[in-house]
Amino acid sequence: MRLNTLRYLLEKEFKQIRRDRFLPKIIFIIPMMQLIILPFAANFEMHNINLSIVDNDHSVTSQQLTNKILSSGYFRLTDYSPHYNEAIKSIESNDADIILEFPQGFEKRLGREGTNELLIAANAVNGTKGGMGSSYLSSIVQNFNAEKGYYPADLVGVKVTATNLFNPHLNYKSYMVPGIMVFLLTIIAGFVPALNIVSEKEKGTIEQINVSPVPKSLFMLSKLIPFWVIGFFLLTIAVGIAWLIYGLIPVGSLGTIYLFAAVYMIGFTGLGLAISAISSTQQQAMFTTFFFLIIFALLSGLFTPISSMPEWAQNITLLNPIRYFVEAMRMIYLKGSHFSDIEGHFFMICFFAVLFNVLAVAGYRKTQ
Amino acid sequence: MKQFASFIRKEFYHIFRDIRTMLIMLVMPIILIILFGYAITTEIKSVPFAVLDRSRDEVTTRLTDRIGASEYFNLYKLLDSEEEAQDLFRQGKVRLVVVFPPQYASSPDAAIQLLADATDPNEATQLTGYATAIITAAKTDAIVQTMPIGIIPVVHLLYNPLMKGAYNFVPGVMGLILILICAMMTSVGIVREKEMGTMEILLVSPMKPVYIILAKAVPYLLLSMVNITTILLLSYFLLEVPIMGSLFSLVMVTVLYIIVSLCLGLLISTVADTQQAAMLISGMALMLPVMLLSGMMFPIENMPKLLQWLSNIVPAKWYIIAVKDIMIKGLSITSVLKETGILILMAFVLIAISVKRFKIRL
Amino acid sequence: MKAIETKELTKRFGTFTAVDHISFEVEEGEIFGFLGANGAGKTTAMRMLSGLSTPTSGEAVVAGFNVYSEAEQIKQHIGYMSQKFSLYGDLKVWENIRLFGGIYGLPEKKLREKTDELLQTLGLESERNTLVDSLPLGWKQKLAFSVAIIHEPNIVFLDEPTGGVDPVTRRQFWELIYEASARGITVFVTTHYMDEAEYCNRVSIMVDGRIEALDEPAELKRQFQAADMNGVFQALARKATRGE
Repeated sequence: MRLNTLRYLLEKEFKQIRRDRFLPKIIFIIPMMQLIILPFAANFEMHNINLSIVDNDHSVTSQQLTNKILSSGYFRLTDYSPHYNEAIKSIESNDADIILEFPQGFEKRLGREGTNELLIAANAVNGTKGGMGSSYLSSIVQNFNAEKGYYPADLVGVKVTATNLFNPHLNYKSYMVPGIMVFLLTIIAGFVPALNIVSEKEKGTIEQINVSPVPKSLFMLSKLIPFWVIGFFLLTIAVGIAWLIYGLIPVGSLGTIYLFAAVYMIGFTGLGLAISAISSTQQQAMFTTFFFLIIFALLSGLFTPISSMPEWAQNITLLNPIRYFVEAMRMIYLKGSHFSDIEGHFFMICFFAVLFNVLAVAGYRKTQ
Repeated sequence: MKQFASFIRKEFYHIFRDIRTMLIMLVMPIILIILFGYAITTEIKSVPFAVLDRSRDEVTTRLTDRIGASEYFNLYKLLDSEEEAQDLFRQGKVRLVVVFPPQYASSPDAAIQLLADATDPNEATQLTGYATAIITAAKTDAIVQTMPIGIIPVVHLLYNPLMKGAYNFVPGVMGLILILICAMMTSVGIVREKEMGTMEILLVSPMKPVYIILAKAVPYLLLSMVNITTILLLSYFLLEVPIMGSLFSLVMVTVLYIIVSLCLGLLISTVADTQQAAMLISGMALMLPVMLLSGMMFPIENMPKLLQWLSNIVPAKWYIIAVKDIMIKGLSITSVLKETGILILMAFVLIAISVKRFKIRL
Repeated sequence: MKAIETKELTKRFGTFTAVDHISFEVEEGEIFGFLGANGAGKTTAMRMLSGLSTPTSGEAVVAGFNVYSEAEQIKQHIGYMSQKFSLYGDLKVWENIRLFGGIYGLPEKKLREKTDELLQTLGLESERNTLVDSLPLGWKQKLAFSVAIIHEPNIVFLDEPTGGVDPVTRRQFWELIYEASARGITVFVTTHYMDEAEYCNRVSIMVDGRIEALDEPAELKRQFQAADMNGVFQALARKATRGE
């Protein structure tokens, strides 16, 4: 009898989702767009930094250094300005990011005294960009020094070689794509079901269910299962896109990924349902979910490393289910971590799944 | 006019009655400022590393200590084998392993190997860079450098000498919060009335539809101003971001951007039938582009041409540029004529489309 | 056994007493009219009896089950039709019937028979595959009522079932109520329309959360020396202190 009831409820949910004018499109198109656009957009690598050069020297050395800088691939020459005051205008108008000024008599003094200064002025409103740009520039100058033999030979003695494991081409997209998959599942599992129950409340249809003998856990289950199934479907498409567009194949086991995803989605649907159970309007449910989602996402390590955060923020991330799955997903995808390497992560995700679903069932009241 | 005032009052009731949503709207900017101000950074610090020391001599011990003592690294473990390194990488316990060759002290030309977990390529590049610098510095300690050698780059960081992230994201958070409140809330608010059927009641009232929509917009406009004030106060006093330019110009540009956001919300409400749809459209079609394509988090210059082109139709991009120019560079409003012009144009286009759609739909 | 028995049933929301110590009994098979002005407490009382809301104090037994301890058993034995139309607008007519029949545990075969029978009685065979949202209001109400009694409950609660429909449809709706009653289903109905009160076996009239009168319509008219139920109602409503 119970299972039968669930069947009827599920039939209803699937029909409603299918019949919605927007939902099926949004559920599929938008996550796919994310997966295709986000990795290209979310990129901290710097190139095409706009450079304005003020060359007061017009010497062979200044020309050589300029050529070296421009051929590095990081910089793009915006203009040659006759004067620093002109160059600063291109910074104000955002046409240039960095000014490089060769002082008058640059080459001569370098030849005479073996040293000279070179002015680099970077627009540091965006601190990362300004900082990275000027340090790229500095390191090119250092290399130039070494090439020209301005450095003592002793320093060259230290040999350090670096090997980049797991992502030898240092491809930032390979790092982002697995993380974005998690983000995508989070939205589908957490956001959409949250709105679902509240919409039934607003329309009043939930009354007719509340007055029937349907147990609340069964009703919740009928809301959870469809999005769970959709989530799996999406994950499969996402894995396909990662392979087709980014050439990314998990080094670890796909089975582990699906196992994690299964529990994770149950957890987030639970959270969505818990929020919708305590919200009376969709607007309220949306804002509450949104509030949690944005904090969870920013503190998940998806965009910036957790180890860079201050201690208190790192402690908060321990309570963040997204963090565990993002980490696990990247480890499985890129490093081929085994289940035993990440069972701690799995345990935490299970814990949150249980917690959120208990909250959901407890929060939904058939009786006032 | 009296009628209009009573409509505005009704909208305020809607907002105040839902205390939780209102609280979230007021607290959200504070949390975002704190998160972005303190937690969201890519600075490397205290990254766990391990050492596979095949020499175990005085020099390698000293180098290990030097690396571990830096703010960038924390020594996790001394390893015995390469397999152990692999395991630690797979478990995510360390992100860098330093391998010293045998008899390093007696053969200083031998190479030290750095194994980096390059899952996060940026981090890996920075880690190997820092580690190399520390090792080089430690090895050349002995060499006394009395005079500067070669070309010395003198770096001036304009506008933001301390390279504070806040200078960049405060304008970004402003752009984000305003879109969120104005566009999302207005669109959902209007669609809600459509869904509940109360919109029809309002439309048959003697009020002109324009005023009905205006009345919906006014409370959100005020809420946005409250939020902007919070953000500016927090960033000025807590994050110590100066306001170099004129506050008046800043407010003018902000009001312009709010109007654009409200128009966007209006447009969405004419497209969406259900609140769910309105939310998802504004969430996905507004939020994400603002976060990704406005230059708030990621530099636009690095993106493929298509995305760079797309970023031009994101109002937040222009708003954020204008705010940075006025607030941080201290430029006058005449230097942001292009940005304000684009925003004004967007406002007109959006109003035109939504008014047209609004009439057709109702 | 009585269909419904209440003693001193009370519901408070903070300091506001929505339902104030009401006591009454409803016989099995009876059509019981529950009258009162807006805000008199009718819906609150009905929600307590149907297990949607827990009383603050007092006792109530519905279909032999206690409202405090056996709310879920009550739900198995009652039908409910709320003031606000509460079928799924984005499901088709037959799909709504199937859903509610299904969750009340009707077996597949019986469900099919019942669907056909119901569509036939309502004359909705041609609308079988229509989305409920696109039905006219009167048809929606009749469908909602039929769905509410699809599992042959002991009692059906109807909260202002005929709000906003034309007199002809109201008349048809009452025919459905009579049929249900004839099959032995107890009908508990709230209404605004005083002419509908005349169709009930007995009516109670609520004023400010209390039951001020309860009897057969004819008896009430005699008692209040009124020509019709409207007169009775006006006489009682004058006492009300709660506004609309």
